Amino acid sequence: MIQPGMPATTRTGDAPAPALRLPRRRGTELALILLAVLISVYGYCAVGLAKYGTLPPGATRYGAGLGVLALLAHCAVRLRAPYADPLLLPIAVLLNGVGLVLIYRLDLETPRDRAAPAQLYWSTVGVALFIAVVVLLRHHRVLQRYTYVCVVAALALLTLPIFFPAVNGARIWLRVAGFSIQPGEFAKVVLAVFFAGYLAANRHALAFAGRRVWRLQVPTGRVLGPVVAIWLLSVGVLVLERDLGTSLLFFGLFVVLLYVATGRTGWVAVGLLLALLGALAVSGIEPHVHGRVEDWLRPFASIEAGRGPNQLAQSLFAFAAGGALGTGLGLGHSILIGFAVKSDFILATAGEELGLAGLSALFLVYALLVERGYRAGLALRDPFGRLLAIGLASIVALQVFVIAGGVTGLIPLTGMAMPFLAQGGSSVVTNWIIVALLIRISDSARSQYDGTAAP
Amino acid sequence: MSGYIRRAAALCALLLIALLANATRVQIFESSRYGDNPANRRQAIVRYGSPRGDIVVDGRAVTGSRDTAGMFRYERTYTDGPLYAPVTGFASQVYGTTQLENTHDALLAGTDPLLSTVPLWNDVARARNPGGNVVTTLNGAAQRAAYRQLAGRTGAVAAVEPSTGRILALVSAPSYDPAELSGSRTAVARAWTRLTGDAARPMLDRAIQQTYPPGSTFKVVTAAAALDAGVVTDLDAHTTSPDPYQLPGSNTRLTNEADGCADASVRYAFAWSCNTVFAKLGVETGLRTMREAAANFGFDDRTLRIPFPVAPSTFDRKLDPAQLALSSIGQFDTRATPLQMAMVAAAVAGGGEVKAPYLVERTTTRQGETVSTTAPRTLHRAMSAQTAEQLREMMLDTVEEGTGRNAAIPGAMVGGKTGTAQHGVGNSGKPYAWFISWAQANDAPEPAVAVAVVVENAAGRRGEISGGGDAAPIAKAVMEAVLNAHPRMRH
Repeated sequence: MIQPGMPATTRTGDAPAPALRLPRRRGTELALILLAVLISVYGYCAVGLAKYGTLPPGATRYGAGLGVLALLAHCAVRLRAPYADPLLLPIAVLLNGVGLVLIYRLDLETPRDRAAPAQLYWSTVGVALFIAVVVLLRHHRVLQRYTYVCVVAALALLTLPIFFPAVNGARIWLRVAGFSIQPGEFAKVVLAVFFAGYLAANRHALAFAGRRVWRLQVPTGRVLGPVVAIWLLSVGVLVLERDLGTSLLFFGLFVVLLYVATGRTGWVAVGLLLALLGALAVSGIEPHVHGRVEDWLRPFASIEAGRGPNQLAQSLFAFAAGGALGTGLGLGHSILIGFAVKSDFILATAGEELGLAGLSALFLVYALLVERGYRAGLALRDPFGRLLAIGLASIVALQVFVIAGGVTGLIPLTGMAMPFLAQGGSSVVTNWIIVALLIRISDSARSQYDGTAAP
Repeated sequence: MSGYIRRAAALCALLLIALLANATRVQIFESSRYGDNPANRRQAIVRYGSPRGDIVVDGRAVTGSRDTAGMFRYERTYTDGPLYAPVTGFASQVYGTTQLENTHDALLAGTDPLLSTVPLWNDVARARNPGGNVVTTLNGAAQRAAYRQLAGRTGAVAAVEPSTGRILALVSAPSYDPAELSGSRTAVARAWTRLTGDAARPMLDRAIQQTYPPGSTFKVVTAAAALDAGVVTDLDAHTTSPDPYQLPGSNTRLTNEADGCADASVRYAFAWSCNTVFAKLGVETGLRTMREAAANFGFDDRTLRIPFPVAPSTFDRKLDPAQLALSSIGQFDTRATPLQMAMVAAAVAGGGEVKAPYLVERTTTRQGETVSTTAPRTLHRAMSAQTAEQLREMMLDTVEEGTGRNAAIPGAMVGGKTGTAQHGVGNSGKPYAWFISWAQANDAPEPAVAVAVVVENAAGRRGEISGGGDAAPIAKAVMEAVLNAHPRMRH
């Protein structure tokens, strides 16, 4: 007797069993998106209630706006990537929504400098690009064709800001018609595509060709040369632009992908050694970097010197003030951090007002996003898709670690945007593209799933 | 490849654990260390984030709070700021707190755990009680009388209730308005620079923080020591006191302002303030006995708090006979705060016991429930009850017919002692005028007030400054204010 709810494949015994199809789970995604929107609206209302005792005037409009964006994205996924991982989009909506709440909350302290409207605008652009990628990119393998276009694009994006004036000591901005764009953010994605494409094509050569020196397999210069050259170039450009966070991110991405592609631990060792040497050299040359390391080792040095707390000390004060449960949204004083409180230090507001509980929740949400990326990579069979998924997920993981570790005093502080949370248009747009690519990859992975694990 | 991906994922998991562990360190284990850092402004923001409790005089708040809607939200306001400044102190966003604003800061700010009905609840719920109130012992009428009388002069008044030690008036002139230091505006910094740089030192609480040579008012202490030690047995017997008196072991000859001091009786010498008699009496009593007597009145006490610290009054421990002679008439190195001299007068009025002076009657929650009360406490017995009675008589005589006639109040018994203290190099400074006294309504069982007045100079006045002429009328006004406000006098 056929049990209700049994898969259709068991119904007929004679026909050849069609491939096992995973459930699409679009309903789950929709429900989770609604939850993410509700949490964001709740946070928005909590800020208003805490600050003024009334619901903020734009609560419905804000909720409706975020909801419509999320629903449009959901429709695109439903139509064009029906097998995509149902967690990716809700996570992106939640993080973006919470980020908007935190920025709106900080805007209340700086009435003359409102960042939330611009952030909402950039989020809209981000979602539009997300939809565009999901709709227009039929398959992630298409990207593999553009491996070498990508490297040129990445270099162009990285070099462009050198020709524009520096902003706050870093030459990472492009000012066009009143808009500030950080091309380095887009370069991350493009570079990930290049690394994935190049390593997928040459991984065997990297792993097995070449001479053996002591216990290390040194590949031929013909294979490794281009990669190292590109990497050195991009790191060099970043040092010139004094944007060390991104430099660290590229390096980490390079090492992770090299390891995953070749499985050679030796490469990781060589990479880490290079990183150490590079870090020592740069901190010797650059007073800017040297200062960051000093601040990390002794965050209260400026207080002891009578110059008052620096940003890192203020950030630590904010986290400490949060304690286990936080002060509650709108009730903290993270604004004391001052400059970059809405961008690089946005996490301090979360830490102070949501406490260790809220901060851990955010970390876990990021971890979930990364885990879904890795899972898509594991489920895929083609090396390019795998490496691209790992690369994109690793970008998120490394970025979160570098900036969250920096503002909590775990590692030296380097300016970088917290994915989705931090104020910054280019960053939000890039992250939406990353999620779109992960959706596309996970759709391929889950639609071609045949019940067996990839090698 | 899958194995490598898993290992890369494990690395990401490690990074996550590192982040979580570090966040726990910062937010839980080291949270209080960061919170207590003086450079962390959150404490100040919280402290001024709700209206501060009030300081109460005669059932009426003399402080208030103004909502500025800024980062340090509530600023302190004062009604009659300069009048009560020596008691309230200031509560500044920038310069901290002093006096009662300082000693009772936790209660006024609402952080005092005693304000919470459930122990530890505030720590758990991150809640704060509304700031509590501090009810002072001050008598507003006496305070106002003293402040009015000192207007335009430099000086101080301290008045206490002899039977309890409650401080009824504590005035310093010139004074300042503590409201000028509330807030964090640039005007506050300007006021601070002006007040701290002012040569007249308006922020000095002269009644308790400044010591003066007590001059002849110290003869009360010398007389008490001599009587208790048996050096003098009969107040009316003639002493053997030359006029002028050559200080032992020196060529200095001590003279008198008054006539008839040669071989005068102690009673006459007290009423007319004969230096020669008391200088010789101090030498006869001896250094050790004099020191002990002074200590029993409260001299050389470095721990006295009312609840803020009082500058110790001093009677030197190493003196040659000539120096002892001068110290016994309140000169040389003998120094006293006005509050100390009020305690001396109170000891006489209170039958020989010195009560610990105190300013805070009780503290309450915002709703008025009592949090703590101060109980009267005896510091020492300064002299026997018999000696106290003899000194009462002599002080009464001084006001009835001696140098203190300006302090007489109809319908009340007033005992007093004048003093005119020399100071400066070679006594070149304008002398300080002193008057210490007590008053008891005729129908009252015990004295209601003991007061000490010191006037450093009297602006716009010509001629000699003197205890009887300059300080006694001020003491009279303060005593009258207390007697008139006293319930026994009302009906």
